[in-house]
Amino acid sequence: MYNFEFEKPSTIADAVASLAEEDVLALGGGQTLLPTMKQRLASPSKVVSLKAIAEMQGICVADDGSVCIGGTTTHAEVASGEEVFPGLAALAGGIGDPAVRARGTIGGSLANNDPAACYPAAALGAGATIVTNARHIAADDYFQGMFTTALEEGEIITEVRFPIPEASNYQKFEQPASRFALVGVFVAKVADGVRVAVTGASEDGVFRWSEAETALSTNFTAGAIAELTLSEDGMISDLHGTGAYRAHLVGVLTRRAVAAAS
Amino acid sequence: MSQVKMTVNGKEMSGEAEGRTLLSQFLRETLGLTGTHVGCDTSQCGACVVHVDGVAVKSCTMLAMEADGADVATIEGQAAADGTLNALQQAFQDHHGLQCGFCTPGMIMSAADLLKTNPQPTEAEVRHHLEGNICRCTGYHNIVKAIMAASGQDVSSIAAE
Repeated sequence: MYNFEFEKPSTIADAVASLAEEDVLALGGGQTLLPTMKQRLASPSKVVSLKAIAEMQGICVADDGSVCIGGTTTHAEVASGEEVFPGLAALAGGIGDPAVRARGTIGGSLANNDPAACYPAAALGAGATIVTNARHIAADDYFQGMFTTALEEGEIITEVRFPIPEASNYQKFEQPASRFALVGVFVAKVADGVRVAVTGASEDGVFRWSEAETALSTNFTAGAIAELTLSEDGMISDLHGTGAYRAHLVGVLTRRAVAAAS
Repeated sequence: MSQVKMTVNGKEMSGEAEGRTLLSQFLRETLGLTGTHVGCDTSQCGACVVHVDGVAVKSCTMLAMEADGADVATIEGQAAADGTLNALQQAFQDHHGLQCGFCTPGMIMSAADLLKTNPQPTEAEVRHHLEGNICRCTGYHNIVKAIMAASGQDVSSIAAE
């Protein structure tokens, strides 16, 4: 890893000021950024840790009943919030391994938008709002393709707000070496219908499976999508699985998620 | 270079670190605590697991500067001052939970992390908690057995030798 300056500001304003300089990257838990820097795929001249910013930590329930999760809240902390949002807690508890969950953050995961990460499926599936230092971004507008988001240079995720679905579940077919999702599906039954978000499968990153959403909105049972298939066009094809295999898994995991939703 | 201070196994320690200095590097090369092993350096293997402020982390995927001011526990602090092994270490010896020993520091630190929050884990819970720790010798059975034994459970019927 090339050397860099390290800063650990204690307010969002100070972090944003530091990030406005050239060639500076924000550091959450570092579980993706540090390995990336070791491989010299990133070589910032300065790294700004967000971990000391008190206002970006923790979980609370807002007046409208939605769950607000601070940007630097770890996967382990989200996993412990089972009674508030069981579907999200279970998803967080399945990311990586215990030591990774102790460091990795929700804001870091969403800012990186790895095409096989778990959190993008939850944010898009539950219809979350990504709150940054500058604005509120609906999940539907936030994810813009593999490793691409609506975030501007130097913009940081300070909070993620999840409306709590009536029922939800995440099913992940794990790639056992990396523990990322070979395919993951988050299903949420919300007030005005059903949302189905798929990670790990598409070359365009996380996406909503609208045909399944339509079928499930009138009949929320696994049987309602028994005959539904997804085209393999645009699916990721690599040594772990072909596009056709991933497309098949999307159907299987969606049915399992519907059956398990609570 | 900056001065980094931390409490390691109950003692105040400090040393110089660059921005890029990893916690694993700082412990091993600056503080001379080479019990923390670096197996893969890609956060897969778990040989470098230490506790930072009471939580198990992979020290190869944390910067030394991120741990400035923290309370760090490593394998060196697990045995008593006179060298008497703690219950977990003794169980690893009794149940042949190691062969080459390279992964053992990380295994012990991950297992200690589990037993702190779940003092009587099931076999499945032990295996789940060790997902981020790789051992290439034992096939895991005896490691799992040692951890179950250290938690005071009967292990006579667990897993093949």
